[in-house]
Amino acid sequence: MSTLLELSGVSVSFDGFKAINNLAFQIGEPEMRAIIGPNGAGKTTFMDIITGKTKPDEGRVIWGEKNINLIGKSESHIAREGIGRKFQKPTVFEAQTVRENLAMALKNPRGPFDVLFYKKSANGAARIEALAEQINLTEQLPRIAGELSHGQKQWLEIGMLLAQDPRLLLVDEPAAGMSPFEREKTTEILVEAAKTRAVVVVEHDMEFVRRLNCKVTVLHEGSVLAEGSLDHVTQNPEVIDVYLGR
Amino acid sequence: MQKSFIAQNPSVLWFLASLGLFTLIVTILSEATGVGLISTSFVKTLGKVLCLCLIAIAMDVIWGYCGILSLGHFAFFGIGGYAVGMWLMYERTENIVLQSLAERSIPPTPDEVTEAIATQIFGVVGSSEFPAIWAFSHSLTLQLFMVILVPGILALVFGWLAFRSRVAGVYLSILTQAMTLALSLYLFQNASGLRGNNGLSGLQNIPGYEAVPQSVISIAFFWASAMALALGYVLFARVLTGKMGSVIRAIRDDEARVRFLGYHVESYKLFVFTLTAVVSGIAGALYYPQAGIINPAEIAPIASIYLAVWVAIGGRGRLYGAVIGTAFVSLLSSWFTGGGAPNVNLSFYTIQWTEWWLVLLGVSFVAVTLFFPGGIGALFDRFKKERS
Amino acid sequence: MMRILLLVLASLCLPFLAHADSLQPILQDHQKVIAKPSRKTVAPALEALVASGLPSIPEFLQTWQDKGVYTRKSDGFFFYGSKSDGAIQFIDIDTGAALTNVDEKAFKQIKPNGGVRKAIAAALVPFGLSDPNLNRRRDAVQAIAQNMTAAQLPQLRASIDGETDPALRARKVQLSNYLAARFDQNPLDRIAAINAMARDLSVEGRAVLSQILETELVVSETLPSTNVAKRLAVGTDLSSEEAYALLVTHQGLPAQLRPNDIRLALEAHIENAQVGGVPIHNLNETEKRLNAYDRLAENNLVPPRITDTDITTALQTYGLYQVYIEPNAEITEAAKAAQTSVQTRVGVNQFFDLSLDAISLASIYFLAAVGLAITFGVMGVINMAHGEFIMMGAYTGYVVQQIVPDYTIALMIAFPLAFFVTFGAGVAMERLVIRWLYNRPLETLLATFGVSIALQQLAKNIFGTQARPLTSPAWLDGAWIINDVVQISYIRIAIFVLALLFLGLLLFILNKTRLGLEVRAVTQNPRMAASMGINPDRIKMMTFGLGSGIAGIAGVAIGLFAKVTSEMGSDYIVQSFMTVVVGGVGNVWGTLAGAVMIGTFQKGVEWLNPSNTLAAQTYMILFIILFIQFRPKGIIALKGRAAGD
Repeated sequence: MSTLLELSGVSVSFDGFKAINNLAFQIGEPEMRAIIGPNGAGKTTFMDIITGKTKPDEGRVIWGEKNINLIGKSESHIAREGIGRKFQKPTVFEAQTVRENLAMALKNPRGPFDVLFYKKSANGAARIEALAEQINLTEQLPRIAGELSHGQKQWLEIGMLLAQDPRLLLVDEPAAGMSPFEREKTTEILVEAAKTRAVVVVEHDMEFVRRLNCKVTVLHEGSVLAEGSLDHVTQNPEVIDVYLGR
Repeated sequence: MQKSFIAQNPSVLWFLASLGLFTLIVTILSEATGVGLISTSFVKTLGKVLCLCLIAIAMDVIWGYCGILSLGHFAFFGIGGYAVGMWLMYERTENIVLQSLAERSIPPTPDEVTEAIATQIFGVVGSSEFPAIWAFSHSLTLQLFMVILVPGILALVFGWLAFRSRVAGVYLSILTQAMTLALSLYLFQNASGLRGNNGLSGLQNIPGYEAVPQSVISIAFFWASAMALALGYVLFARVLTGKMGSVIRAIRDDEARVRFLGYHVESYKLFVFTLTAVVSGIAGALYYPQAGIINPAEIAPIASIYLAVWVAIGGRGRLYGAVIGTAFVSLLSSWFTGGGAPNVNLSFYTIQWTEWWLVLLGVSFVAVTLFFPGGIGALFDRFKKERS
Repeated sequence: MMRILLLVLASLCLPFLAHADSLQPILQDHQKVIAKPSRKTVAPALEALVASGLPSIPEFLQTWQDKGVYTRKSDGFFFYGSKSDGAIQFIDIDTGAALTNVDEKAFKQIKPNGGVRKAIAAALVPFGLSDPNLNRRRDAVQAIAQNMTAAQLPQLRASIDGETDPALRARKVQLSNYLAARFDQNPLDRIAAINAMARDLSVEGRAVLSQILETELVVSETLPSTNVAKRLAVGTDLSSEEAYALLVTHQGLPAQLRPNDIRLALEAHIENAQVGGVPIHNLNETEKRLNAYDRLAENNLVPPRITDTDITTALQTYGLYQVYIEPNAEITEAAKAAQTSVQTRVGVNQFFDLSLDAISLASIYFLAAVGLAITFGVMGVINMAHGEFIMMGAYTGYVVQQIVPDYTIALMIAFPLAFFVTFGAGVAMERLVIRWLYNRPLETLLATFGVSIALQQLAKNIFGTQARPLTSPAWLDGAWIINDVVQISYIRIAIFVLALLFLGLLLFILNKTRLGLEVRAVTQNPRMAASMGINPDRIKMMTFGLGSGIAGIAGVAIGLFAKVTSEMGSDYIVQSFMTVVVGGVGNVWGTLAGAVMIGTFQKGVEWLNPSNTLAAQTYMILFIILFIQFRPKGIIALKGRAAGD
């Protein structure tokens, strides 16, 4: 397991409020990692920094074997480097069909002219079928995404992530608002994905995190408070303090 | 296994067929064939409407599909008109000047010809020299090139600046409006080299075809406009089909998400912005020879907003909707403002439509936005659904 | 002219040399000229009259000027005539006795034309300077200021001591200094007078200096021994063609032929379809035409052409000099120094004046835009009809003025009324249209645009297309004049005060009142605000009303200095949007910053290119487009997560 992404000394503040404070973080490939933390711990900002949405005031974000610095790169560039992100609220393109959603996400050249002259191929169609199978949406392929249930949208979004074939998956609260069956299926998809790539899951739900059965990082006030197995961190008095309040 | 894109878009065939039929009927009924049921001036009006439809579908692509409400596309339209107008005016003036100079006992030198043409054209703004931007006005080919190049480059530069700094939504609308205002104010100056507020005139006279009656010329331009509209329609339908269309619509719905999928959203916006700008320029180049005159007031920001009104009334996100809306509103508008509509006598007050048409348009526009966001096009969809 | 002056001097020094003590004989000496005066012939008569030194001269000149002198047709004698009850009373010029039993038809009124009256006025000046009537004295001083001559200097100086009116006395001192600078016999006194003008910003003073520094062009092979200002450098000061043209006029060198001259010359020498042996059809190139002309010249049919070499030689032979008309170099030096100093001061003051203009423009933009900033900032709503609300306010003012005749009271009513009218219109629009379109900003933009075109046309239908005046009360007329360069009209000051007032009021409302607190809460987090018992609907309605109401007030203010038309709104709407966007959304200070920046920039460009306000606006917009590149969120941007999404 080699290091895929490394953050060190990262800080960012909004109008004087330090959202991320001297954060250090490392993840290898393949690896599954859960990030927990109370509200305002900086989980979303952490993802914003990795994906290029927010530029940190200081610190380094180093990616891959070639040690590329991700700071200052555009969101789309970082996505093409192989970092996929799933948002808290399911964001799929509701006016388009499931197939179109997946086709857009498929790993292919992303330039406007590549896309304009893109020819559909049997290979691509097969990839879409396979993904649909994986996320349980084979039946729904021709349907408009807006008509899907909440859970199905979550899966479709995960499916779109997988279609990108990223090396690092950032997943923000995938289980929110899901039925127990859907949760189980989601866990399955994520665990399967983590076999070949790095997966970072931000989650509130401890039960869900326990089921992922992976290393846990606890964020608090913008920096890492504790790291280790779930049982290990939940016994950490500081973590208990933070979660139960002072 | 690859279906042709027309097979995927049966509406394109329908559109082309109706447009062809319409062109044919108008031609047969025009004065050019001697039937004369449709006057030459009305043929010109219809030809102009076709050009407006062309810019309207461009507007629909950038706004209805890509979600960028550009209030600047009429500027590109005007630039196209100016580019062609420069040649028309130069060439026609040259013919006149050569005729009058031929009466001298000594044949004129090139310098004398140029100076005489410049005096003719720029006399109204008190100049007798050609400004630098007229350098290519003697060549139709080069000026036609300008029709594409100038709007294209302007859109590319402006779009690059705006999209790069993530100006979006209403900010972008305001910025494009500002660009249009700047251009029109610039053209209003005599120093612009384009005859200030006089604009370019006499464009309906096509050099070399002085002997051909306007009834025939009007039909020729009508055909050219119909052809351009057909090509533009097919071009945009092609762009909007398949994955490209998917990405463009996705940008409209959730720009940030498309970015995280790895698409460089700015490039796509720039592509659509520039392409539609070029098509707008072509539409303008066909429009103004039929209108006969172009001046900076045509480019004023309000024109671009009217364009948005047409597209909105026709129905955004449907190419044929833009065409229907534009044809419907602009013809209705010329009917009302031209005094065609009968006045309504309310015993205590007479509604004169020449005065009240804009009030009606404004109010109905608000009504459409509020109650029929799908516009006229949505009616077609409902019809289609009922049949299936 | 010089002769009159000398005679005037003589008349002052030697009043008792007059050859008679009654006026009529002198008048009879110049009977024809006085009876039928013309500007060209009147001078000797005036000289003679002034030279006589008679005490009745001023009265005669004044009456003559006022068309009160008549001549008797029979003998040509002159009489004063005054009209009363439709009849004319004739009075003997010397005795003052009234004539009785006269036929009006036997007399002819003398009506000097404008030029003659001016000449008479000039002759009257020395008398007027010490006239007991203050207005006469003022007129006399004014006459000197309009046409300064050397002779006036001692007269003016002599009259200063006796001057009782302090303002006029100061003016006399100032004028006598100008006269001294130009005409004093003693060069040292002149220099002193010139030096005293180094701090004088008035247009008059500047004119005096430039008159002293007046030059004429001298063409000479050697450096003239006179007071040379500079030698004109060919290539930098003027082109060689211009320089040669000057040699042609000043030195009588043969003129350079223009292409048209050559053509005419050739046309005059066509023989057998040839010119100088060149067939006509070959003459369609400049080069060939020149050759043909040269052949004609060889045969002495036409004068030879002036070639570039000729021009170069001529310009090497002759120098073009600007020579001061004033021969004394020390005086021109002093004047030059004074002029430089004045110009620096004028520059500084112009900058100050420009800054005042910019502030005034900024106040207008601020007033026009701040309502928009509130609606845009708080509700994210673009109101394209904002300009029409401005128009509505202006028309409200116009209607009030139609009903209330007193302009001051009308204005006091118009401001609050305009606020309420547009407040109502804004609330109505929010309830009927905008409420249904929240979260669809582009559609709000379009719907409000629909409202805008309807309102504009409606105004046109009601008030017509011509501009309606909104007259400001008399106390707002005029300008505050700080010096000859810096001045600002009271209306603009009033608008500045109004803008300050609204800045203060808005800051107060937004920061210190319950409404402001709720507005800010809704701006920052509408859902949270709603859960805390704030009714966002009501807040949005009030905010929109407030923003629109301010537009109405801005409309009245703008109407006071600009014409009220149905299209006035669209003149301000784009600028207002620019102001909001540049300043940063949702912040009163931002709008202020935006307004100041745009106002300053526009005035700055206008200063660089004063003749072209269109260009100024064009550049301003380009500047804004570029500015947005570097600060997409405006000068004062909300930062952090609240700002972006």
